[in-house]
Amino acid sequence: MSPSPESSVESLVNREYQYGFVTDIESESLPPGLNEDVVRTISAKKQEPAWMTEWRLKAYRRWLEMKEPHHWANVSYPVIDYQKIIYYSAPRTAKPLGSLAEVDPELLRTYEKLGIPLSEQKLFAGVAVDAIFDSVSVATTFKETLRKQGIVFCSMNEAIREHPDLVQAYLGSVVPPNDNFFAALNAAVFSDGSFVYIPKGVRCPMELSTYFRINTADTGQFERTLIVADEGATVSYLEGCTAPKRDTNQLHAAVVELVALRGATIKYSTVQNWYAGDAEGKGGIYNFVTKRGKCAGDDSKISWTQVETGSAITWKYPSVILQGDRSVGEFYSVAVVNGKQQADTGTKMIHVGRDTRSTIVSKGISAGQGNNSYRGLVKVLGRASGARNYTQCDSMLIGNRCGAHTFPYIDVQNPTAAVEHEASTSKIGEDQIFYLKQRGLNTENAISMIVNGFCKEVFKELPMEFAVEAQKLLGVSLEGSVG
Amino acid sequence: MLEIINLHARVGDKQILNGISLQVRVGEVHAIMGPNGSGKSTLAQVLAGHPAYEVTAGQATFQGRDLLDLEPEERARAGLFLAFQYPVEIPGVSNAYFLRAALNEIRKARGQEELDPIDFMDLAEEKLKLVEWGPDILSRAVNAGFSGGEKKRNEILQMAVLEPTLAILDETDSGLDIDALRIVAEGVNRLRRPDNATVVVTHYQRLLNYIVPDFVHVIAAGRIVRSGGRELALELEAKGYEWLTEAVPA
Ligand SMILES: Nc1ncnc2c1ncn2[C@@H]1O[C@H](COP(=O)(O)OP(=O)(O)OP(=O)(O)O)[C@@H](O)[C@H]1O
Ligand SMILES: [Mg+2]
Repeated sequence: MSPSPESSVESLVNREYQYGFVTDIESESLPPGLNEDVVRTISAKKQEPAWMTEWRLKAYRRWLEMKEPHHWANVSYPVIDYQKIIYYSAPRTAKPLGSLAEVDPELLRTYEKLGIPLSEQKLFAGVAVDAIFDSVSVATTFKETLRKQGIVFCSMNEAIREHPDLVQAYLGSVVPPNDNFFAALNAAVFSDGSFVYIPKGVRCPMELSTYFRINTADTGQFERTLIVADEGATVSYLEGCTAPKRDTNQLHAAVVELVALRGATIKYSTVQNWYAGDAEGKGGIYNFVTKRGKCAGDDSKISWTQVETGSAITWKYPSVILQGDRSVGEFYSVAVVNGKQQADTGTKMIHVGRDTRSTIVSKGISAGQGNNSYRGLVKVLGRASGARNYTQCDSMLIGNRCGAHTFPYIDVQNPTAAVEHEASTSKIGEDQIFYLKQRGLNTENAISMIVNGFCKEVFKELPMEFAVEAQKLLGVSLEGSVG
Repeated sequence: MLEIINLHARVGDKQILNGISLQVRVGEVHAIMGPNGSGKSTLAQVLAGHPAYEVTAGQATFQGRDLLDLEPEERARAGLFLAFQYPVEIPGVSNAYFLRAALNEIRKARGQEELDPIDFMDLAEEKLKLVEWGPDILSRAVNAGFSGGEKKRNEILQMAVLEPTLAILDETDSGLDIDALRIVAEGVNRLRRPDNATVVVTHYQRLLNYIVPDFVHVIAAGRIVRSGGRELALELEAKGYEWLTEAVPA
């Protein structure tokens, strides 16, 4: 007899996690635990200026006073012992690198295995990559090409040293160190990340991409990304992540800040495939991330697209502050949970300026015993006349043991605003699967096609290279059904 | 080509088919008629392999293979096509993408090369002519938001693309306007070849003026209660089903 839709989708999504290997490379780690000395040591290892050390310490002191937001999201997990986490780990060879030739071959092999070859000729044409291994950036490609247009694309570390005025002007301007518990922790101990600056009127000629990899056991990853698009600039940025399979949970508490000045456009896409833990829910990444963009200038635009398939727990709400008049915020999301995964994700759109517009399209897919929550806030402040929001929130259930929840919060303080919310929940139907099988497709491809169709509005927002990645992740052939 | 012997099937606890026997040879057209709820669609679904229906007795062979032993997709790849009474919507998946994926599965099974999107579009354009449709329908999502009649016509478009050896059309004529009925019937006729066969399930003798059957069968309460030629349909039109079904124990 043919397998039930549940079992076949489970086997599809449950395919052996293929990025679960460990790189055997000597690394230099601080002992587990956190105190002011650890913060100072991280800062010293990075050869940071005094202002940066101070900034971290201030954040650390705020963090001590804050409480973990345990009961806010619809997720549950055991208490995290922050003194058992390693806050800094770097491949031993990591010194500031002049060129790719200096990168440890073992690291290059790791990225090859992950499908991210770092040698420039082998890269996807038109994608520049910053590769982050545990706590440090190991390689940034196409730097020279970009520099010719005045574009800065480098590790955060390097930016702090080489572009201190830009960093000082914008770091923490969107996500202040005291924003929330995890953001404060990140501000204190972040070890690296990517920095992007696109000068006035420049359209970045290639996709910029960061690839995050956690390798060392018990390490937390706390990277910090800052992207600034100056007036009239345009950039598209991609983020991908994987981690080895380990049976202890690992914490990933990143911060991403986007700043779009007048007339600028930033598109930020994520395909998140951290290790999700095994079938019993053992191990996996806790993904507690603060991502926020500020449309600081008039007529600016920030667009988040995310495909979330990994992590044991995902807690993340990429948000946009629509400060400039006529600015536009978008959020397109696919979140897949299976096994014992939990995801509580969504967005916040804060309308401050006049005639600002936001669009939210969220697609949640739940299988196994997974639990998927959408949480979205649309806030329209008094000054935001003519603000518009459209929210569409669809859930698909595969099987009977999974869950989908929707928590929309709407707070409108301007009577001329229009906020529209649509939600649907559907079960993948035996009749749909049978129909496709009757036309010659096997069960696996039939489910892929149905799920893929369900996610279409989000996938079509992804840059081509990532659409392919997303398709592989869902075991879906996207060809032709996108765009 | 298709031989059904004493087929019994049920869904859940409900016995629906109570011993159907039927033989379809290449080149033939068979019409199946019968009252609502008599088991016509069930027969079609069982032949296509719908997992909700359990075969409790009997056999079915298709081109010498044990049909009931095959997965639904294997039956499709072997050349069995079912035009659904209620075609299913697949939101977000374009008709073109779906049709090409299906065609390539079937071509693979036939040992033919897969078609790339460009060759496929050439072929699809030819097939669209058969159902008198423009290319717009290819970029729409499969059956999503289609009218009842459009869904039925889309089934025939799929049939035209997939070129089955045995097509079972389950009330494809229901819900079609007069022009669409002519288009669909002509399409089916033009797809007839000496080496394929067609089974049409219908309530209306009108369809059989276009698609002229070699045999007409009447199903009642899960059995074939009468078989005859073309004229049986006319007789049914005049007399209804009662004279046939009264004799049959429920
Ligand atoms: N999945 C199902 N669950 C429960 N009952 C079913 C199911 N499928 C069919 N039946 C029942 O079996 C009987 C035969 O149904 P079937 O659809 O085969 O009839 P039909 O001859 O095609 O009728 P119509 O002319 O109305 O299309 C009906 O009583 C129907 O309610
Ligand atoms: Mg029927």
